Amino acid sequence: MSHHVVGIKVYIAIFLSLMVLTGLTVWVAFINWGFMNDVVAMSIAVLKMTLVVLFFMHLKYQARLLWLIAGAGVIWLMIMFALTLSDYRSREWIESAFTRPVPWVASEEAATYQAEQMKAQESEDAGAHH
Amino acid sequence: MTMNTVATDNPVPAGSEKHYLTNGHTLSSWLFTVDHKRIGILYLISLVVFFLLGGAAAVLFRLDLMTPAGDLLRSETYNKLFTMHGIVMIFFFLIPSIPAVLGNFLLPIMLGTRDVAFPKLNLLSWYVFMAGGLLALFAIVFGGVDSGWTFYTPYSTMYANSNVILAVCGAFIAGFSSIMTALNFVVTIHKMRAPGLTWFRLPLFVWAMYATSLVVLLGTPVVAITLVMIFVERLLHFGIFDPALGGDPVLFQHLFWFYSHPAVYIMILPSMGVVSELISAFSRRRIYGYKFVAYSSLAIAVIGFFVWGHHMFVSSQSVYAGLIFSFLTFFVAVPTAIKILNWTMTLYKGSVSLQAPMLYAFGFLGLFTIGGMTGLFLSTMATDIHLHDTYFVVAHFHYVMVGGGVMGFLGGLHFWWPKMTGRMYPEGWAIFAAIVIFVGFNLTFFPQFQLGYHGMPRRYHEYASQFQILHVMSTAGASILGFGYLIMTGYLIWSLKFGKVAGSNPWGARGLEWETTSPPPTENFLVTPVVKHEAYAYDVPSETSDVQEPRPEQHNV
Repeated sequence: MSHHVVGIKVYIAIFLSLMVLTGLTVWVAFINWGFMNDVVAMSIAVLKMTLVVLFFMHLKYQARLLWLIAGAGVIWLMIMFALTLSDYRSREWIESAFTRPVPWVASEEAATYQAEQMKAQESEDAGAHH
Repeated sequence: MTMNTVATDNPVPAGSEKHYLTNGHTLSSWLFTVDHKRIGILYLISLVVFFLLGGAAAVLFRLDLMTPAGDLLRSETYNKLFTMHGIVMIFFFLIPSIPAVLGNFLLPIMLGTRDVAFPKLNLLSWYVFMAGGLLALFAIVFGGVDSGWTFYTPYSTMYANSNVILAVCGAFIAGFSSIMTALNFVVTIHKMRAPGLTWFRLPLFVWAMYATSLVVLLGTPVVAITLVMIFVERLLHFGIFDPALGGDPVLFQHLFWFYSHPAVYIMILPSMGVVSELISAFSRRRIYGYKFVAYSSLAIAVIGFFVWGHHMFVSSQSVYAGLIFSFLTFFVAVPTAIKILNWTMTLYKGSVSLQAPMLYAFGFLGLFTIGGMTGLFLSTMATDIHLHDTYFVVAHFHYVMVGGGVMGFLGGLHFWWPKMTGRMYPEGWAIFAAIVIFVGFNLTFFPQFQLGYHGMPRRYHEYASQFQILHVMSTAGASILGFGYLIMTGYLIWSLKFGKVAGSNPWGARGLEWETTSPPPTENFLVTPVVKHEAYAYDVPSETSDVQEPRPEQHNV
């Protein structure tokens, strides 16, 4: 692993890009993108993070083992987001299951069939008691 | 059951020759050392103090629980005591226990290198740990904390009138200490193995340390950020977790358990590594299915990150997310079962000897299996609704953390005690203490399964009188358990001066750490060792073994 020296010009260029992107973040915050609000803000943040990691933290010039370790961190963050969102995105499902008709019992025939089945089951239970 | 110790290479008493313990006797030679072995000893002493404090809190509230009305303590004091027990035992004993003590001491020796990759960072980790620990202790002594070790919001951020911020700060700081240790271990294992020491010749203890370090590196930053969020909400009233401020309390539980569930594996994986060493050494056999045991450590480390939602089945988490987490939780049982099977298969046709470290390893096998199996009850959503937040959960995680984690730590401490101190512990006393601890542990926690099943909620100060008999049994067990720990502390300290002088390899084990003297020189090895076989090559005769081979008949079981 050779020690790579990064020129001062690169640092200045990255610093200026980060400043521009920060300004951009503020600017887009005043525009309503609808459901894209979070996506836009997060995209800029990810871009900034990538610049910092690659240049300020020198990952661009490092061996593949370090790429693997940095990549693992990103993947683990994704695991956290994905499984946490599995909770938040599915919370209203259970509510809608109670308020909206479930497809497979929506039809009238299905409802009648179910009622018949329950009746049959009840009389069977009653018979068992005797 | 005594060892045939032939102290040929170490006939003079420890202290009169050059090794890491005699390399400087001043306080500053300890406080400014960069020797991984001395740092391990520093950690050992500090962790024992934390363990005794956490244990004392447990004894107090167990005494209080003898009567249904809780006559000994006020309710606030009771809340503060169980919080203190949790915070101290989790953050300041269990998480650092094996990595910081045995790992620090052994890892470089097992790798055949002189020290860890970053020795100064290693020393810094101890100072950072002590800073965090003392801050948490300060919070506990001057007012106390009553939020439970989990710091659940919005209680911890908005309502608790106790030193939450200080305790959170302590846990936050201690987290950096474990990150430093983990970073050191990962780099050391990757970069500093002795010539010939390939990945699949490594002791399984090293694999376990590697897996643990990965969990620490990937998880700890998340809990650090989460604790900062508590800070921000409690002090600045930013709405993150409190619904009154527009936050979501379950979000805290997601972020907290994303680290704190894998933290269970930080506590148990190192113990599994120790048990692999013990079972192999005391049954004189190569570990059965080495690669499976090694990879199952990594599998546990990875799958352990997918299961945290099982702590939230009844906390208004979506039932669909609950299904996913329940399903994923069952998967952790697979690599764990592989390990249990492989250890058992290692015993088969082995030359098993029942010395104290092996008794702890057997204790681990039985107790951890019970702890793991009851975990399946809790990961099943339907049964968890009945058992959630009852004593069943308390019993389950104590079987995992004490029955697994602490048993492994004690087994390892006895096994490597001669290497660390140059002295043997008294075998008879050690066997006695191991049995006392085993009995005391089961008497403490087995009744708690019943308590929980019958509906006794955890963290309650007062309870219905029908639970009293089981609570009294549990308290009786806790006193026996505490007594066992005290016997052990006593004879270990006694052995420092009066124990029989240990040779390089009192167990006849094959790991690299047994090929240097006891205690090792500061440089670990005077000549860099070249490794020609794996750490379990019991078919290859050892050059350093103090045990006559074949072992005498009466030692076989």
